Order: sequence, then structure tokens, then C-alpha cells
Amino acid sequence: MTIDRRLFIGTGAAAAMLAAPMVRAAGHGTPRVVVVGGGAGGATAARYIAKDSDGAIDVTLIEPTRTYFTCFFSNLYLGGFKEIDDLGHTYGKLAADYGVNVVHDWAIGVDRDAKTVALAGGGRVPYDKLILSPGIDFVDGSVPGWDLSSQNAMPHAYKGGSQTELLKAQLQAMPQGGTFAMIAPPNPYRCPPGPYERISMVAYWLSQNNPTAKILVSDPKPKFSKQALFEEGWEKYYSGMIERVGPDFGAENTSVDVGAMTIDIDGSVENVDVCNVIPAMKAGRIAELAGVTDGNWAPVNPEDMSSKADPDIYVLGDASQQGDMPKSGYSANSQAKVCANAVRGALTDSRVFPAKFSNTCWSLISENDGVKVGANYEPADGKISNTGGFISQTGEDAALRQATYEESEGWYSGITSDMFG
Amino acid sequence: MIGSARILAIAIGMFGAAQSSFAETFGDPENGKVLYQLCSGCHAVGEGARNKVGPLLNGIFGRTAATIEGFRYSNAFKRAGAKGLEWHAEELDVFLENPKQLVPGTRMSFRGFDDPSERADVIAYLRQYSDSPSDIPEADPTATATDHDLSPEILALVGDAEYGEYLSSECTTCHRIDGADEGIPSITLWPEQDFVVAMHAYKDKRRAHPVMNMIAGRLNEEEIAALAAYFANLED
Repeated sequence: MTIDRRLFIGTGAAAAMLAAPMVRAAGHGTPRVVVVGGGAGGATAARYIAKDSDGAIDVTLIEPTRTYFTCFFSNLYLGGFKEIDDLGHTYGKLAADYGVNVVHDWAIGVDRDAKTVALAGGGRVPYDKLILSPGIDFVDGSVPGWDLSSQNAMPHAYKGGSQTELLKAQLQAMPQGGTFAMIAPPNPYRCPPGPYERISMVAYWLSQNNPTAKILVSDPKPKFSKQALFEEGWEKYYSGMIERVGPDFGAENTSVDVGAMTIDIDGSVENVDVCNVIPAMKAGRIAELAGVTDGNWAPVNPEDMSSKADPDIYVLGDASQQGDMPKSGYSANSQAKVCANAVRGALTDSRVFPAKFSNTCWSLISENDGVKVGANYEPADGKISNTGGFISQTGEDAALRQATYEESEGWYSGITSDMFG
Repeated sequence: MIGSARILAIAIGMFGAAQSSFAETFGDPENGKVLYQLCSGCHAVGEGARNKVGPLLNGIFGRTAATIEGFRYSNAFKRAGAKGLEWHAEELDVFLENPKQLVPGTRMSFRGFDDPSERADVIAYLRQYSDSPSDIPEADPTATATDHDLSPEILALVGDAEYGEYLSSECTTCHRIDGADEGIPSITLWPEQDFVVAMHAYKDKRRAHPVMNMIAGRLNEEEIAALAAYFANLED
């Protein structure tokens, strides 16, 4: 597999380079898969294709970060249950043990006719099949008063790593009796229970270190995932600390003033000490640049996660319009395996099996008190459809809640091994 | 449990597999919308819907009967709700066949849909106006799972380890392939018979665990055998 380093951006030479024979003719040489995005979807897909094809397929993984900090479980770091290093994972094993060509760069464009991916560093990577798993980006202007330049003053912490550490530092620096505010996102967004686990974990940390502090949430949604379970827990452990303002009290008209550190909920202005703004989301930008999005997300065929716009491009995880599946790391990992099986079959005639998907979301409400929701999914009538699942119940005993939490630890260890080897 | 070898039928490709390999949706929401005209005289649904002669039908899936605030239900319906009638696809199917039979004394004067596929279509139409499982993962299903016992295309040799390997990818997110045991038990190198016994116990709900009941519930005998063969024969 060749990265063409002769190509530099923005020169007239680009047109000449496109004519150069960089792509091996079909049927000659090893088929190539390029994966953009090294998270739960992309890393899993790269590993499974490399592992199961036994060298028959060249796999390149393009991922800008050298250490991937999972957004899942980052709330547990906020609560004090994890160190930041517990969340970090590197790509050395994918390279060494599985022969994945790990390229730390940004994909900045896709030429679907030439079947190449352009890199910010200046190369072009050819593909036979392209898998995009770029996660999410934020919708400009969705929270009036906030843009990406505000993310230091008012972190989103909805991409793992530096933002997570920043939010934790701000939490720790709050004055006694101060206010932690959250602007919760509208549907659909990454990790439906995520903001509410975050509220629980922040409340836990505050109850230990700053018990007179308050949490104020502006939420444009009337309902949220596992609501009865979270509210039971908040009442049990953090009574009086959390106030959630919903759409019935004007939460859809919320704006922020980054300089003044205030939030305005339908005309009612509050001073806040920390403000976690979680804006509306859309597919990671490379999906839009590749031309596979329709509105904010990339529609896919449920049988194999292939893009409805291009049969040689697949979209996994949060960036996809994924039917009934929630946007979660577990879902991305599940979709990646269906995709990997289909891509291998398309390139090497290996056996292809019918798509089966599943998801489970675990949330930690307080120490040793974990809850979960999950379901199975199958293709039906053009979309990934929910065929039934389970959810924790209110009133469960402490032993079951502890077992549920411990299960989530087992899952984290399992999924990160599944992604990174 | 593990019987004699059976004929191997290979699924050649995604689109070669018969439609029975896919889950069934409840019905056709487009036709359901047409049929709903029989309801719309009394019931509103969708954006801006409000109570009329009958209560609005937004968010009905997963809701206890007779719980819309501000609507004056008949005593019959209030009793039904208090006794635990909760609306899911199955209950709506029974109700829409003959409302007065499920809730005698209801004021709803509608004879019902005799044709089960018409009921399914209306149910599919209404499903669109309740929580989407992509936003609220615990929301009601939108399709019925494949009945694997009727999918001959995925019959495999008992102990088809290659099929087991594909199926195992669902397991190995939680059950570590290296056999580690951290909050989730190890399933590697089990004797095949023990593996099959355990999985069938989860499938038949003789052994209770919501995640495993769900996962085993949608695997048939051949798939469990395939997984047993795969996990039993892992090389270090």
C-alpha cells in the first residue's frame, strides 16, 4: 500500500497527480481497506478485518490522536472512580500484532471516483473499500452564545481527553456552595444516558468535596433514557442538589454568556461557576466532505452498514443514521463487526453471515450503584430495528446494583481489548 | 442436545439470504396512515396533537392505559389502567380487534379491525409517534425478531466453528477472549456440552440474567452448538 507523498495541497500539480496510476487495478494485488477514525467503530473494524483476513487484506487506519481517551467511562473519572490514564489507549498493538497501517493524520477529503482519501499531512491513500467512523461534531449556533472558541471557558467534554480533564479541573476549582450548570443536548445525540450519568458523577464528587454546591440543568428534552432510575438515585443520594429545568419551563430558550459566566433560561439569568455546554450534534465532518450525509447524519443499509450514497463506503457508529440503535460505543463496536464480515466477504469471498446487532448502556449513579439498558437489533424493512431488550428496575437491591456496576467494568476491559488488541 | 451432523447450507451473501433471515416490522405505516382516518375523527396524533373526543395517541407505546393528564376517561378505562394494562404492540393488537372486548364499558365506539394485517399497519403508524429507541434505548421494539427455527438458510453443521467465530464477536465485547474474568465470567475452553447446557438454560429462562436471557433467546440450537464448538477449541 502506498501513500503518495509527492502530492501537496493546493498546487496545480494536484490535477496531474490524480491522473497518475496510484491505484492498483482491481483483481491485482492485495485489496485495500481504509478506515477513518480510530474509536469504537473504526478501531474494531480495522482489527477484525486485519485479524480475520489473515493477511489477505491491507488495512490502513487513519486517526489523528496517538492516545485515544474513551468518552465512555469518562464520567467515572469526573466522579473520582478512574484516573485519566485508565481511559487512554494506544495503537501500538494494532500495528504490531495485527499489521494495521496506523497513520496519525487527519482525513480532509475523499475522492470517490479515484477512491482515495486525502490527508492533512499531504498524502493520498487509495482504497477499495472505505470505512468512515468519525464520531460527532457540533452544530454551529445550536446554543446561542457558545462556539468552539468557548470550549475552554465552557467545556463540552463530549469528546474524550483534554476536555474531560479540563471539566474535572473546573469542578475541583469550584467555590464552596457554587453552581455547576449543564446545557443538555437535543435528540439525537451521542450516548443518550451520558449527560445524566455525568450529573450523577458530578453530584457524587460534590457530595464528597463540596456538599453545599448545586447542579442546574437546562434540558430541551421532556424525557431521557433511564429517567426513572436516575431520578430515584438522585433523590436517594443527592437530594436537593440537582435541579433540572425541562422544556415545560422554557429550556429550549437557553443561551449562555461566556464572558459573564451566566446562563439564561427563557429570560431567567443565573450566575454559574462551571458550565458544561453539550451542543446539538451531527456526523463527524469527513462524512459530509465525503458526500455521504443527508442532513446531519449518514444513511446506511442495515444489512452491512454500507452508505446509501456509495456502495464502497461504509459508515459506523455515531456518524451514521443507525435506525433504532442508540449512538454509543457499544453500538459502534457491534456495527463494526457486521461491517467487517461484509467487507471481507466483498473483497475475498469469505462467508458472510446475516447482520445481528446489540447494545448495552451501563450508567453509574453512585458508588457501586450501576444500572443498565440494552436491546437486540436486526435489519427490518430498510432500517436497523429494535427487536426487544431489558432495563434495570427501580427498587433493585444493593447487591444487584453492585453486580451491574462490576459487569460494566468487565465490559470496559472487554471492549477496549476488542478495539485495541 | 447435540445430535448427528446435518446438511450444511451456506448463506452465499447478504442479499442471497431469504427474507426470513430478517426481522419482521409490525406493519406498513403508510397504509396505517390511510387506515388511521377511521380513528382521526376522535383521536389526534403527531405534532401539536391534543385531546379530543378521545385522548391523544402520542407516546402511547410503553404507557399505562388511562394516564393522559386532563382527559376524562370512562371508569372502565380507569380501572383497566389501575389493574396494570400497559400499551405495547400486543395489547394494541388485541384492543384494536375489538375495543369493547378488552375494555368492556369503554366509551370508544369503534367496531375494530378484523384483519390482523390492518391492525399491524395502524400499530406501525402509531409506533412512529412514540419514543424512538435510538433516543430512549429502553423504548418499545419496532420489529419482531427473526424466528430462527424457521430460517433454514442459516442451518449449519452442528458445531460449525466458523459460524461460531462470527457469532462470537457479539460475546467477546464482554467475555474476554483471553479468558480473563473481571466482573464477567470466562467462557473460553468450556467443554462443549457444558456450554450448550448453560446457554439453553438462559434461553429457556431457567437461569435468570436479563442480558444472557436476551442474547440466548435469539440463538437457535445450531448457533449455540456453533459457539460451543468455537469456544471449546480456541488455541492459545
